[in-house]
Amino acid sequence: MSKFLRSLASLSRTRIQYRHQSTDVRTVTLIPGDGIGPEISSAVQQIFAAAKVPINWEVVDVTPVKYPDGKFGIPPKAIESVMKNKIGLKGPLATPIGKGHRSLNLEIRKVFSLYANVRPCRSIEGYQTLYDNVDVVTIRENTEGEYSGIEHEIVSGVVQSIKLITEPASRRVAEYAFDYAKNNGRKVVTAVHKANIMRLSDGLFLQCCREVAEKHPEIKYKEMYLDTVCLNMVQDPSNFDVLVMPNLYGDILSDLCAGLVGGLGLTPSGNIGRDGAVFESVHGTAPDIAGQDKANPTALLLSAVMMLRYMQLNTYADKIENACLDVIKEGSHLTADLGGNAKCSEFTNEICSKL
Amino acid sequence: MFALKALKSIQNVPHSNHSFRILNEFFRSLSLCSPSFQASKPLPKAESKVKCTLIPGDGVGPELCVAVKEVFAAMSVPVEFEELFLSEVNPSMSVPVETVIESIQRNGIALKGILSTPFSSSSGELQTLNMKIRKQLDLYANVVHVKSLPGIQTRHKDLDFITIREQTEGEYSALEHESVPGVIECMKIVTEEKSRRIAKFAFDYATKHGRKKVTAVHKANIMKLSDGLFLKCCEETASLYPQLKFEHMIIDNTCMQMVSHPEKFDVMVMPNLYGNIIDNLASGLAGGAGVVPGASYSSDCVIYEPGARHTFGEAVGKNIANPTAMLLCAAKMLAHVNLPDYSQRLTNALETVIASGKARTRDLGGYASTTDFTRAVISSLAF
Repeated sequence: MSKFLRSLASLSRTRIQYRHQSTDVRTVTLIPGDGIGPEISSAVQQIFAAAKVPINWEVVDVTPVKYPDGKFGIPPKAIESVMKNKIGLKGPLATPIGKGHRSLNLEIRKVFSLYANVRPCRSIEGYQTLYDNVDVVTIRENTEGEYSGIEHEIVSGVVQSIKLITEPASRRVAEYAFDYAKNNGRKVVTAVHKANIMRLSDGLFLQCCREVAEKHPEIKYKEMYLDTVCLNMVQDPSNFDVLVMPNLYGDILSDLCAGLVGGLGLTPSGNIGRDGAVFESVHGTAPDIAGQDKANPTALLLSAVMMLRYMQLNTYADKIENACLDVIKEGSHLTADLGGNAKCSEFTNEICSKL
Repeated sequence: MFALKALKSIQNVPHSNHSFRILNEFFRSLSLCSPSFQASKPLPKAESKVKCTLIPGDGVGPELCVAVKEVFAAMSVPVEFEELFLSEVNPSMSVPVETVIESIQRNGIALKGILSTPFSSSSGELQTLNMKIRKQLDLYANVVHVKSLPGIQTRHKDLDFITIREQTEGEYSALEHESVPGVIECMKIVTEEKSRRIAKFAFDYATKHGRKKVTAVHKANIMKLSDGLFLKCCEETASLYPQLKFEHMIIDNTCMQMVSHPEKFDVMVMPNLYGNIIDNLASGLAGGAGVVPGASYSSDCVIYEPGARHTFGEAVGKNIANPTAMLLCAAKMLAHVNLPDYSQRLTNALETVIASGKARTRDLGGYASTTDFTRAVISSLAF
């Protein structure tokens, strides 16, 4: 099994190298999303055009359509597009609550088997929070664990919910975490777990992390309890580097870290799959300000920057990221959520002029 | 009022142990008059001592218990500890868990350090000692009152909220199995009976302590049945308490809100694992694991233990641990066994020492040892 996975990993590495050499224009699927999605997506497109990034956008709509079996799901055209292009950028999607179909975000993850969710959280200069020097990357297993969706009522009033941990999925996310650390010049990978309580399941996850860690002696490997991480994170976030963990813990910690640096409007996110990746902003759709040119495109823009790095277009990524951070640092063209009064378009133009 | 003044003047007279006891008895009778006080145990006779089970725990636990005992001796508190060493990492030195359970059942109260829980027990069991104690004594409610102490430097000021955690089921069920090699299933159990019980406890607690709002923390958008059941029980219970505001919040959002706006919260109620997370997060905001006390309740006994459960194993023998949380636990225990005057004295002394900032242990940015801190508390004991 592990041999098979290793060969898989090396396969994907060769693909990256191939991608490396290509200089032609690549096509990326863009899912603008709901609410403020279209505005911030066009802001990103505008900035990319100004930076002359060699990318073609293929805009698709993911409004659910009814399939022959009566269930709602992503339109086949959108699936084909991402399958073909292998890379997507996605704005916020509204999840209808309690209407019988599951969240589109989950659907996209499942369809493209996006197994790792990566969320870098960095303190942004110019936007003061109570916590300084935050520079944490959370890598979360995205396909199983507590979110397996296997639940049943055994007898009336007793519900059993199953957390599923498998060796291949744990190993896969651990491999990704160490690769990420290596490619991004990180020093320490910490596995976050609760193996003192869930001795078998989290124990298996840890075992996989340890085995992968042995293959990467240049990266320091640590293990920490989830509760200890929470306790220490709010006391001194600068102690942490890359964190890798099962689904639920990742969900909780990634949002916690986002809270440290100023919320979901500033943190990018990427979902990495075996043969593709979707980058997204994880904030809400903000229907109250949709269409008013007030939204902050930073999260989606930084996600797009992550995407460029994934595509090995690092020079463009650095250029755009620096321009964006500079504008926030100067503080004269901030959107309302950052305490300024600039419009989304003014903020975008300012970034374009900095490129 | 006059009596109080008179008594205060007596205090200044160099006192013997005898006058001390009269004083205490008087105060005890005073507190009995107050209608708000409800004792769940029969009141101790003046001459008899209260018996309390003491479980030092692992890591720095034994050192912190020494601090508690020294302070108690200095105040001549009429409490007799029944000390039992229980440990999962030192099985050869540990007493059987049945002895501890029997002792707590008999005494009704216990003061407990933190038990370290290793990845695998020597006997290969999935249940930890903590789980066994909580299951067998049915200690279903864990209450941690997170309150800023003046004198401790933290990012957020004036924290004051209560987390209530269900701790007999949920993720801590110890039901795990390997269905095929490399695939492990771990059960999370949520029952209506226990969800309803903890919800009622939370609303009753909020009512009794004059709180305004109860927040249920969950992840029912993903775990629709299990957390959904918990949420449903909370909602139904809430409808019986119209004077309290009720809201619910998803766990990840709760964490994000807590690190940025902790003042939004009042009383929070949640299933087991989320409670573990929030307790630690909140303790981090209030100054660390060394300063926040907690308590676990069943219908007939209470265990007082620090709110964030860390053994601080790397500090063993270095005399640097902060005994604040343990001393506050002891103070709460004294209030519970109807010794409110001692409890108040201890709390006041602690607050004075922390506010003055003269004896700060390392976790609070100072260099005082555990012993220094304990001595400072003893010398600040008024009366």
